[in-house]
Amino acid sequence: MADPQGPGSDIEIRSLYKIFGPQAARHLADVRAGMGKEELNTRHGHVLGLQDINLTIPAGRITVVMGLSGSGKSTLIRHINRLIDPTAGEILYDGADVARMSPADLLEFRRSKTAMVFQKFALMPHRTVLENVTYGLAIRGVGARERERTARHWLERVGLEGFEERYPNQLSGGMQQRVGLARALANDAEILLMDEAFSALDPLIRTDMQSILLDLQQELHKTIVFITHDLDEALRLGEKIAILRDGRIIQQGTGESIVLRPKDDYIASFVRQVRRGKVITLGTIARAAPPADTPVTLPAGTLLEDAARALTLAETGRVNVTDAAGRHMGVATLARMVAEMIEPQDDDEPASIDDGDPSVAA
Amino acid sequence: MDLIDFPEMSRGASRALRQTVDGAFRDFARAYGETLEAIFAPIGHLLTFLETLMLDSPWTLVLAVICGLVAVMSRSWKITLGTALALLAIGYLGMWEDTMRTISMVVVCTVLAVAIGIPVGIAMARSDRLRGVVTPVLDLMQTMPSFVYLIPVVMIFGLGRVPGVIAVVVYAIPPMIRLTDLGIRQVRADLLEAADAFGSTSWQKLKDVQLPLALPTIMAGVNQTIMMSLAMVVVASMIGVRGLGQPVLQAINNQYFTLGVMNGLAIVAIAITFDRATQAYGKRLQKHLEAGHG
Repeated sequence: MADPQGPGSDIEIRSLYKIFGPQAARHLADVRAGMGKEELNTRHGHVLGLQDINLTIPAGRITVVMGLSGSGKSTLIRHINRLIDPTAGEILYDGADVARMSPADLLEFRRSKTAMVFQKFALMPHRTVLENVTYGLAIRGVGARERERTARHWLERVGLEGFEERYPNQLSGGMQQRVGLARALANDAEILLMDEAFSALDPLIRTDMQSILLDLQQELHKTIVFITHDLDEALRLGEKIAILRDGRIIQQGTGESIVLRPKDDYIASFVRQVRRGKVITLGTIARAAPPADTPVTLPAGTLLEDAARALTLAETGRVNVTDAAGRHMGVATLARMVAEMIEPQDDDEPASIDDGDPSVAA
Repeated sequence: MDLIDFPEMSRGASRALRQTVDGAFRDFARAYGETLEAIFAPIGHLLTFLETLMLDSPWTLVLAVICGLVAVMSRSWKITLGTALALLAIGYLGMWEDTMRTISMVVVCTVLAVAIGIPVGIAMARSDRLRGVVTPVLDLMQTMPSFVYLIPVVMIFGLGRVPGVIAVVVYAIPPMIRLTDLGIRQVRADLLEAADAFGSTSWQKLKDVQLPLALPTIMAGVNQTIMMSLAMVVVASMIGVRGLGQPVLQAINNQYFTLGVMNGLAIVAIAITFDRATQAYGKRLQKHLEAGHG
């Protein structure tokens, strides 16, 4: 599913395990045989970080890894650039296994293929904004003039023109994270790792930053791995979402497929808070039928809230739905939209709802 | 049984112990004394060079250079003016020459302490095992009465300036090492992780992140080292180091109250000058931390 516009390859994580402790390798067999997190901790004093992670991170898309604290999401993202060494497993990118790279190759990989944005910004307090953004380029040995030009360009893109000579402490949190984003983008890496990048920000600023990221991604097509504990953020950003619990991926797929078919009660309890009209698309609820007599025609990717608004404005109850190529696909009714947007009762059978996009679902 | 007197070792055994250790050390001093003297000779040359430079130049020039340096470091006209007045008073009261000797001594000792202390501090910050070894040695160096380690130094080098410098450096270097270690260990872990994530080598991490962020703490170490070197000046004069310490020593022996106080105050004046200048510099290094939100 590589994006034709995006460079690079998918990141394939295969059978990844991480056990924290002095004799991690010795306990790997126990974990593979089914020993749980609790037992490993009480019996052997080792902490199970990740178990049997299999995840394809598609090139040129935003993949969100969601989980609560302690779920292992930060551990997982740190395996992609090997800030943490895996106990077992593979992280394949462009034909190479990051887990087995030599120190020199790993350094080169981090310098040219990846860039990272951190939850607490991790800006160098003794460097100006401009010097922070040039940091990644400087350690790669890019010339002073070249790196300054690149840094100024990206600072402008994130809306920080005129702040080049300030120190990070003089900026607000949102502005600091924009510096963090510019620093990562200046590296011109294919992979962008974002570890709870917006979690420390105020809700309004967080939404702002999400918009900036989505705007930039429209033209950059980077392979973005975004970590968050916030399902709304995951649904807004993620073209693919993986939900992590106790070091295990419990569900992966599109946001819509997760909202429509939560795999277990744990996920269902999250999903219940979601504004469904902002996640579910028209294509999901359209029924195959000949074109109806209605002035409104909308593409299948339209969100239910937007579709309902359009129908209300046109004072009609039905909409013709078209597929990606613009061909007629079916008809949807306002009543069905409203029913779908209202959160289901607990006794509702989630699986009875029409299928989402099966090509992206896990 | 006698419980009052401690069952100590016999006099003979005690004497034998002392004689053996002293004998061994004397043999060592005889055998390697000249080699060690040759190794440490450059310190003497450096000291002579600096002293000659300061004493043979016109006093106006020396005064201007010192005040200029203080002004550059402190960027404060108050501190600079204070330095100028203190030096003028010192010169007028006839202590110019001794003061210049003491300043050059302190400068050489500080340079040596920094040159040795920072690398040792860095190594200590990187290895907990090394830290475990070095820390008790530093404790020993700081608590052992300085007169005690003057003995072996004098046995090897005799009297003079080089043993004086060595004794002062031994006394003054611990804060330099400790504060370098502390400064580097205090660097936030997330900054190091960011440096790693962008592919820094460990040398780049040290040069671009750890040392710059540790610099204010390291400057506090330099300040401490200078203060301790000055405190050792009087003790060092006992083994032949010339400067402000000698008149003080003379004053103690002969009960010359005024002489003692005057030279003592001269030491204080230099100490305050060095202290204010280095502290102002250290504070300026932290300026980026004080800036509030914009």
